[in-house]
Amino acid sequence: MDNNKNWIDQRFPLTKVWNEHLAEYYTPRNFNFWYFFGSLAILVLVMQIVTGIFLTMHFKPDAANAFASVEYIMRDVDWGWLIRYLHSTGASAFFVVIYLHMYRGLLYGSYKAPRELIWILGMVLYIALMAEAFMGYVLPWGQMSYWGAQVIISLFGSVPVIGPDLLIWILGDYAVGDPALNRFFSLHVIALPLILVILVFLHIVALHTVGSNNPDGVEIKKNKDANGIPKDGIPFHPYYSVKDIVGVVVFLMIFSAIVFFSPAMNGYFLEHANFVEANPLKTPDHIAPLWYLTPFYSVLRAIPPLFGSQFPGVVGMFAALLILIALPWLDRSKVKSIRYRSMPYKIALAIFVVSFIILGYLGMQPVTPVNAFLARVFTIAYFGFFILMPWFTSIGKTKPVPERTTEH
Amino acid sequence: MSEQEIDLKKRRFLTGATSVVGAVGVGFVAWPFVSSWMPSARAKAAGAPVDVDITKLETGQLVRVLWRKKPVWIFKRDNTTVTNLSTLNGELTDPNSDETSQQPEYTKNIHRSINPDVAVIVGVCTHLGCSPTYRPEIGAADLGGDSWKGGFYCPCHGSKFDLAGRVYAGVPAPTNLVIPPYHFVTDSLIRIGIDPKA
Repeated sequence: MDNNKNWIDQRFPLTKVWNEHLAEYYTPRNFNFWYFFGSLAILVLVMQIVTGIFLTMHFKPDAANAFASVEYIMRDVDWGWLIRYLHSTGASAFFVVIYLHMYRGLLYGSYKAPRELIWILGMVLYIALMAEAFMGYVLPWGQMSYWGAQVIISLFGSVPVIGPDLLIWILGDYAVGDPALNRFFSLHVIALPLILVILVFLHIVALHTVGSNNPDGVEIKKNKDANGIPKDGIPFHPYYSVKDIVGVVVFLMIFSAIVFFSPAMNGYFLEHANFVEANPLKTPDHIAPLWYLTPFYSVLRAIPPLFGSQFPGVVGMFAALLILIALPWLDRSKVKSIRYRSMPYKIALAIFVVSFIILGYLGMQPVTPVNAFLARVFTIAYFGFFILMPWFTSIGKTKPVPERTTEH
Repeated sequence: MSEQEIDLKKRRFLTGATSVVGAVGVGFVAWPFVSSWMPSARAKAAGAPVDVDITKLETGQLVRVLWRKKPVWIFKRDNTTVTNLSTLNGELTDPNSDETSQQPEYTKNIHRSINPDVAVIVGVCTHLGCSPTYRPEIGAADLGGDSWKGGFYCPCHGSKFDLAGRVYAGVPAPTNLVIPPYHFVTDSLIRIGIDPKA
């Protein structure tokens, strides 16, 4: 056995990689519930890739056949319904896990120096994941697929000067149709998954270079014992590999319950109108993107047209997304963790979370004067969190941060 | 030249020149791939004109046809509707159809059509491309009650248009609905996609 290991190690750094990233990768000992979601995101990614490979074997990326081929998967392919529901539920589960993972970053200041690059790579991952999810939703070619694609792609048509030509280039036609479906299929099954996997790799390499943050926001590398091992660190394997298995089991219990008992989640995971085939002549009475995109969709709708153009709303929507990348430089506080943050920051974070959830809710509702007004108020609150951050993170009294991680 | 005397200036120039030539090469190779996303010859050929027979079209009735993969509405308006159009001018963004890209010159009039009673409009909202619903009933409670004189309502983002496809002020859509080029081949046959002969 050892001989085999030596043979490989002389040709490939197997033991070195295993030790650096698992057996001798020292992780803070005080991780809590919030630290499950990184490994869960990898689990969901693998699940989406595997189920996706099998769905591709039966799906037809053709406007005339796509809808029927999805129904064929659901009715005629052995266990096809399970593979498809795992994939469709997996998409929503991915965003649940990612949103909790990002919120953890906000809670404990995980984006702050020296982890800015991990945060930026994570944000690029998040944006790529949104594109992946959007294109995946177009593939079944139902009414929501079609009209959702129509609305989202029209966003690019509002770009001044080049908009109309850009639109035709993206669609490969003068309206949403077969060429768009076909190229979205290609991007969804190969281009974006490849980018996602590479980004996940970079995200983890960057993380393992600086080491994980923790709920106390103290740097464990500052306190090392005689052997150079952080005093507050424990090897990732077996300690956290075992802890993560607990998270995986609980996650899979909830996930399976949804897959088997409520895969459409009452229209939140699979919208009702998407069980009707795409019809270019009729828009459904109420259209909304899936829940994970609705906060940004609300921002889009909240900004009125200016100078006879819809472009300002589109800029606002993308700004709401991209401004998150600037977070490490907007936060001026010396303290990372919410445990020791000042009161103004805690209040601002609470307002931000409430705004994000309410924007998400409004994005699913039809436009009424009251809703439009609320969307504007909470859009201002959303941007206010970032614009005022340099101010409210530099005022108020923070609590003293301990030298070492604490027991709870 | 001995090994110590490396000409760094020359080396930088060569590195720079190689990079520039390489980038130009990448640009040339990228072109066919970027270009492959443009509408194919088949997609371009599918934009042919469409003929619609309106012999059986009743007043108030609306039919939808696909032209260049977009829904086009053809509907018949009665005289009251046409005369009512000008009373709405105050509530609209562009009542006189001054935005030239939204209609051919020969439909730049109050009813935005060749014949006042027959409207031909591309049924695609100028906001984000949904197809508005036909709401001809006057005084619809959900659309402002008594002030509603009939028109179109976009379910996606709440834009409103009158029965000539003119956009109301204060809604997300920035411009009036598009009028396609069309002409009457006979009194009851419309050809969508080709301008009338001058």
